[in-house]
Amino acid sequence: MNREKINEFLIEKGLFITAIFSIIIIFTILIFIVMEALPAFQEYGFFRFMFGMEWSPNDDNFGVFTMILGSIFVTFLALMMAVPLSLLCAFFMEEIAPNKVKIFLKPVIQTLAGIPSVVYGFFGLTVLVPLVREYFGGTGFSIFTASLILAVMILPTIISVSQDAIKSVPHDFKEASFGLGSTNWQTIRLIIFPAALPGIVTAIILGIGRAIGETLAVIMVAGNVVQIPGSIFDPVRTLTTNIALEMGYATGLHYNALFGTAVILFIIIIILLIIANYIQNKHGMDIGGGTL
Amino acid sequence: MKISKKLLFLIGIFVVVIVGAILVSSQSSTINIVGSTSVQPTAEKLVEVYSESHKDSKINVQGGGSSVGIKSAKDGSAQIGTSSKELDDGEKEGLKTYELGKDGIVIGVNNENEVSDLSKDQLKGIFSGEIKNWNEIGGNDAEIHVVTREDGSGTLDAFESIIMGDSKIKDDAIVQSSTEAVKQSVSQDPNAIGFVSFAHMSDDVKTVSVNNVAPSEETIADNSYELQRPFLFITKGEPTDEVKKFIDWVMSDEGSKVLQEEKIIKSSN
Repeated sequence: MNREKINEFLIEKGLFITAIFSIIIIFTILIFIVMEALPAFQEYGFFRFMFGMEWSPNDDNFGVFTMILGSIFVTFLALMMAVPLSLLCAFFMEEIAPNKVKIFLKPVIQTLAGIPSVVYGFFGLTVLVPLVREYFGGTGFSIFTASLILAVMILPTIISVSQDAIKSVPHDFKEASFGLGSTNWQTIRLIIFPAALPGIVTAIILGIGRAIGETLAVIMVAGNVVQIPGSIFDPVRTLTTNIALEMGYATGLHYNALFGTAVILFIIIIILLIIANYIQNKHGMDIGGGTL
Repeated sequence: MKISKKLLFLIGIFVVVIVGAILVSSQSSTINIVGSTSVQPTAEKLVEVYSESHKDSKINVQGGGSSVGIKSAKDGSAQIGTSSKELDDGEKEGLKTYELGKDGIVIGVNNENEVSDLSKDQLKGIFSGEIKNWNEIGGNDAEIHVVTREDGSGTLDAFESIIMGDSKIKDDAIVQSSTEAVKQSVSQDPNAIGFVSFAHMSDDVKTVSVNNVAPSEETIADNSYELQRPFLFITKGEPTDEVKKFIDWVMSDEGSKVLQEEKIIKSSN
């Protein structure tokens, strides 16, 4: 009896420790980043830092607003390309494709997820940049090029997670819909899609996370110019690339300012998560899909 | 409740052990080499080879920039400072410098580009944005795409001080994060121009001569090619003990061999 109690107790506490482990790590990282960033915020001013247009560390100017816009533009454009593509692909694979095609498609998409980002970046630099320059003018380094690369990179994430969501919609729903005389497309559009929506939103959030955090591939194709872009074919610098570009050399306030950039990135991601959670709660359903 | 106290105790022990380990490992005397990010890879290579024959040596190499290197040598926070620019007379006071050699900065354009020589003024015009089209300097009618390096890069720093003077590189120049990325950008764009260090030059891009002098080991050694900078080690007064041992080794034949492999060019005069 007593032994069982101890066992139970140990297992319970063991699970608790593993569960809080990731929380501890997140908070450790957060505290570290904020502490390193604090001098920059204190000396330069948080709002001046966040909404400043000029970034020139040599003259002690640390404004990251152009990069906030850069990150948002690049991520948003990548989503515009990737979401329709990957959702249609997921529906095709789950609802329409014959088994033979499915068996072939699945590993191909998984391979896409396994390619390291530096390879995507190099492909972008040597193949996409010249193409974009030829067809759209400019230098070829642009928001558009970066989004194109990112769209391909987040495809597998969105496809596989939304596929799982579609798969978990109860079979009864589909049969009932067919029984009422709906076509396949009507069933997908009006029954399966709404039921799988929470899972699909999760898929898109994961895609956003990957896109906004991607650094190496973006560094190579975005041009990294600190400016507010006039069109999608202008070069741009994102928050992550700003950190990666200059971290190797930075000392003093410049170093703190790069951590400040990371704090801003953190804030943006948290805001995105809150928005996504809100959407999910509003449109959430009790069945199918699963939630966050 | 009891267990969570135990847990706290365990975590406490872990922290003590880790902090202790860090303290112990930092106690033994180390040589810090701090300064120019251009000298950094060369210094790291030197330390790597040196450590093979001197197992007990502990040498750290850090970046920060030439001015940081001079400052840390002066205030003693680093035993050896590094710089990739000459010290002026005010800075030199109380410091001893050792020239490892020189590095050239090479202007590269696309292999299809017909321009093969540029003056220093033309370079300044191109990178500041005053000269916008290749036909202004004897090339095709096409917009010039300027590729530069990120803030803090030693190559950018040297290029700015030799070519740009007081003017600034134009704001909308493409920024690439490494020598290799600059070369790639230039080799895939017929209208691009960029700069890389001599040690990393290759056939992917076309080398442009400056004021009619092409960069080569000879022209850099005899100072006739103007886009060049020295790699310096700086110590506060005469070095002693371990620091002296290391610098003597760097200046010896063994050290010179490493420098030669890194394509650092010995001055010929």
